[in-house]
Amino acid sequence: MPGGIGTRAGDDAIELADVTKAFGGLTALAGVSLSLPHRSRTGIVGPSGGGKTTLLQIIAGLLEADTGLVRVGDATTAQQRLARCALMPQRDLLLPWRTALDNAAIALQNRGASRAAARQRTQPLFEQLGLAGFEEARPGQLSGGMRQRVSFLRTLMAEKDVLLLDEPFGALDSITRAQLQEWLRQAMDSVPRTVLLVTHDVDEALLLCQQVVVLSARPGRVVQLLAVGDGFRGSRREIVTSPEFASLKEQALAAIGS
Amino acid sequence: MRDTVRAARQQPPVAEGQGPAAEPAPTAAGPAGRPPWARSLLRRCWPPALIILAGLGLWELIVRLAHVPGYLLPAPSAIAADLAADWPVLGPALLVTAQEVLLGFVIAAVAGVGLAVALHLSPVARRAVYPLLIGSQTVPIIVLAPILVILLGYGIAPKLVIVALICFFPIVVNGIDGLRSVDAELILMMRTLDASRWAILRRVEFPAALPSIFSGLRIAATFAAIGAVFGEWSGSSQGLGYVMLAATPNLLTARIFAAIVLLTAVALVLFGVVSLLERIFVPWAPRGGPERKDPR
Repeated sequence: MPGGIGTRAGDDAIELADVTKAFGGLTALAGVSLSLPHRSRTGIVGPSGGGKTTLLQIIAGLLEADTGLVRVGDATTAQQRLARCALMPQRDLLLPWRTALDNAAIALQNRGASRAAARQRTQPLFEQLGLAGFEEARPGQLSGGMRQRVSFLRTLMAEKDVLLLDEPFGALDSITRAQLQEWLRQAMDSVPRTVLLVTHDVDEALLLCQQVVVLSARPGRVVQLLAVGDGFRGSRREIVTSPEFASLKEQALAAIGS
Repeated sequence: MRDTVRAARQQPPVAEGQGPAAEPAPTAAGPAGRPPWARSLLRRCWPPALIILAGLGLWELIVRLAHVPGYLLPAPSAIAADLAADWPVLGPALLVTAQEVLLGFVIAAVAGVGLAVALHLSPVARRAVYPLLIGSQTVPIIVLAPILVILLGYGIAPKLVIVALICFFPIVVNGIDGLRSVDAELILMMRTLDASRWAILRRVEFPAALPSIFSGLRIAATFAAIGAVFGEWSGSSQGLGYVMLAATPNLLTARIFAAIVLLTAVALVLFGVVSLLERIFVPWAPRGGPERKDPR
């Protein structure tokens, strides 16, 4: 997926040191420390309710941590982080009053581009994501997988250094899910960003990421950090049946179960 | 990438076809020939029309069989005849009242939506004004009519004020509710996409509130005619309300009924126009007849 999309250059490594967050009496995160190198892909797995979404929202700058340090590049305050990170929510949250292309182009319009200019800049990627012909379709007319791709493109068009993906395929059936995982793998290779992928699917994390962080049930803590190396290559079938994959998966599942 | 594209194309979308022409039809597939909106209109209209016709038939029958005098209760046929005969009086009066209703309604719509947005943007203002707004509803607005006539004279002004006051409340309240009930996640999503407060209002909150705003407008449309009539009763020399008032001491009951028919028609037309505008401006909203789940 070459060309078209740039990011405001700079070091976009993410650093979390002893981050805690509580909502009322409920501790969501109890001291999470993480380090995401520049342009790396990290998966976060863990049981639901373990504060994964909270963690993403803190990094994105939508929430402020109670204690601890959060740094995205040189951005440390929530307001600064908001400008550096793009968050793809769990639900596609497409706006029904906008067409598919207008939904994808909304970030450009938010930054002051005219509708025509925003659409024009989004169009090439829209086609590359296999959405050609559906520019004027309303979200309700799209299949679940297409909606998710529009949502991903909308996040991409924010042109941020950091992509935070919150269970992007959680609501899809397993076949569509596998297709979109394949597709995302290629998309992330051609548009290198620092990516943090939250998922409850260990396979998905291992397939798409270079390191996988296992978060515990609430209160969330890092239980284990698995290095996948450069990430798996080759066909999906080869990967998921390989012994390395099986061994990593077993370690991850064991860590989740602990 | 090409593989992915092909895979994506093979995935059928939920609705066949592409582009805006493929709007999913809200009604079940019926006989071809008529456009779907005409079919749904027909389907929705005939049951109430049947009831109205039956009611009118019964009314006519009772009046005729019991020899009810026309000044007490004119038969529907007599009212229809009067509507035609009195048209030189009723026609101009209709024009006056329709103008009051329409203008008053538009004033209320602009002011109501404007205030809803303002109160939504400023929590402080909302806390200060909202209770007063609710409290103001305990004042029976139509009894203000004589005072407004004293203040503003016999012209169109007091009528507009009363119509607007009556229409204002449902518009503001529905507007505020609509703006406030926007999915919080949508707003978070917009914030990560560099949206300013204004961009969030314009691109998310306002469009999301439109169905609710139109609910308020439809309720207001049914109230508007009442306001105009009360305004005219309090002091005027024209309009349907005035015609009714002048007809009463002369026992021209058929004319009073004819005026009522016209007033109802004004309210119905206004309601229809609002519904039509909703169709145009909120094409994404789920809709239907009474089976639709309405928030109010």
